[in-house]
Amino acid sequence: MAGITNEFLLERLQQQFGEKIKAAEETFGIVSVVIEPDSILDIVKWLNTDNILKFKFLTDICGSHYPDLTGQEICAVYHVQSMENNVRLRLKAFMPVSNPQIPSLTSLYSSANWMERETYDFYGINFIGHPNLKRILNVDEMDYFPLRKEFPLEDATRTDKEDQYFGR
Amino acid sequence: MTTDIKKTEVNLVEAPDGHLGEGFFATSIEKVIGLARANSLWPLPFATSCCGIEFMATMGSNYDLARFGSERMSFSPRQADVLLVAGTIAKKLGPVLKQVYLQMAEPRWVIAIGACASSGGIFDTYSVLQGIDKVIPVDVYVPGCPPRPEQIIDGIMKVQELAKNEPLRRRNSPQYQALLTSYGIQ
Repeated sequence: MAGITNEFLLERLQQQFGEKIKAAEETFGIVSVVIEPDSILDIVKWLNTDNILKFKFLTDICGSHYPDLTGQEICAVYHVQSMENNVRLRLKAFMPVSNPQIPSLTSLYSSANWMERETYDFYGINFIGHPNLKRILNVDEMDYFPLRKEFPLEDATRTDKEDQYFGR
Repeated sequence: MTTDIKKTEVNLVEAPDGHLGEGFFATSIEKVIGLARANSLWPLPFATSCCGIEFMATMGSNYDLARFGSERMSFSPRQADVLLVAGTIAKKLGPVLKQVYLQMAEPRWVIAIGACASSGGIFDTYSVLQGIDKVIPVDVYVPGCPPRPEQIIDGIMKVQELAKNEPLRRRNSPQYQALLTSYGIQ
C-alpha cells in the first residue's frame, strides 16, 4: 500500500486546524509543525482517529531549551508515526521558561507516561493531568533540571579538577 | 647417589618478628592476627563496568588472585573483608553502595578500582558520583582506565600491607570513629 506524501499530510493538517498550525518545515524528510501548547491533545487525538492519516503510534516525547528565544525558551517535541502510511510527523510546542506547562497525553497513550516523566526530569516541563509526574532517571534529591542550558555540564561536586591541582 | 634437595619454589608467608627457640615461638598477638587477616582477605566485587572485566581477568587463572589468599569471592557483604568497587557509580547507585558497605563487618577495607570509582573519571556530569569517597571511606585507589590486572593485584597487596600493620585497637580509636561520622555512619 502506497504511503501518503508529506505535502498531503501538511495540507490535511492545515485544513483541519488552520490557524493552530503556526509554522511548518521539512527536515530530514519529516514534516515539523509548530503548535500552541494548549492544542496538543486535540491535534494528537485527531491524528490518531483520522481515517486517512492513522497516526496510531507515539514514537517519542522530548524537550529542548533555547535560552535566546525570549518567552518561548522551552520546547516540547512530539514524534508520531503512521505505520500504515509509512509517514512520520514532528510536533513542537514552545513555552516560556517561567511557567512551562502543556496538557498530558497520558489519557491517549499509556506510553506517554514515562516519556513525559523523563521530559519533566530533564527540562521541568509541567505536564498537566499526568497521574504521577516525578523524576524517573535522576536521583529524587536533585533540585534542578540538568539539560537546561543555564546549568553547567560538569558536576559541581567534582574535586579533582580544582584549579590548585593545575596551577591555575 | 648425591642428595641434592632442591629448594622449593613455593613461597610461604614469612613468620613475623619474634623469638624462636626450641619448640616455641613467641610474638605479639597483633602480628599474628594481622598475618592471618592479610593472607585471607575475602573480596566483595562491586563491578559495574569495564573495570569489572579487568577484575574478572584478575580472578582468572592467568593472574590468579587466589595466590594472595583471596580465592574466595564473598558475594555476601557480611562475610567480606575488602570491598572492590570497580566501575562507574551513578548517583542513584550511591545509596546502594553505602548500604553494602554498612552491611560489612569490621575490619573492612575498600579499594576504588579505576578512574571512575576514584574520581568520576571521564564522567564529569550531573548523573555520576564523582568518586566513591563521596559516600564511603576508601583505603586504596587504583588508577587506570581501566587498570590492568597487575595494578589491581598491586592494590590488593597494598591492602594486605594495611591489614598486616593495622593496630588491633584502630577500629575503636576516636579518629576512626570521627572518620565514619564524617560519612554519616553510626
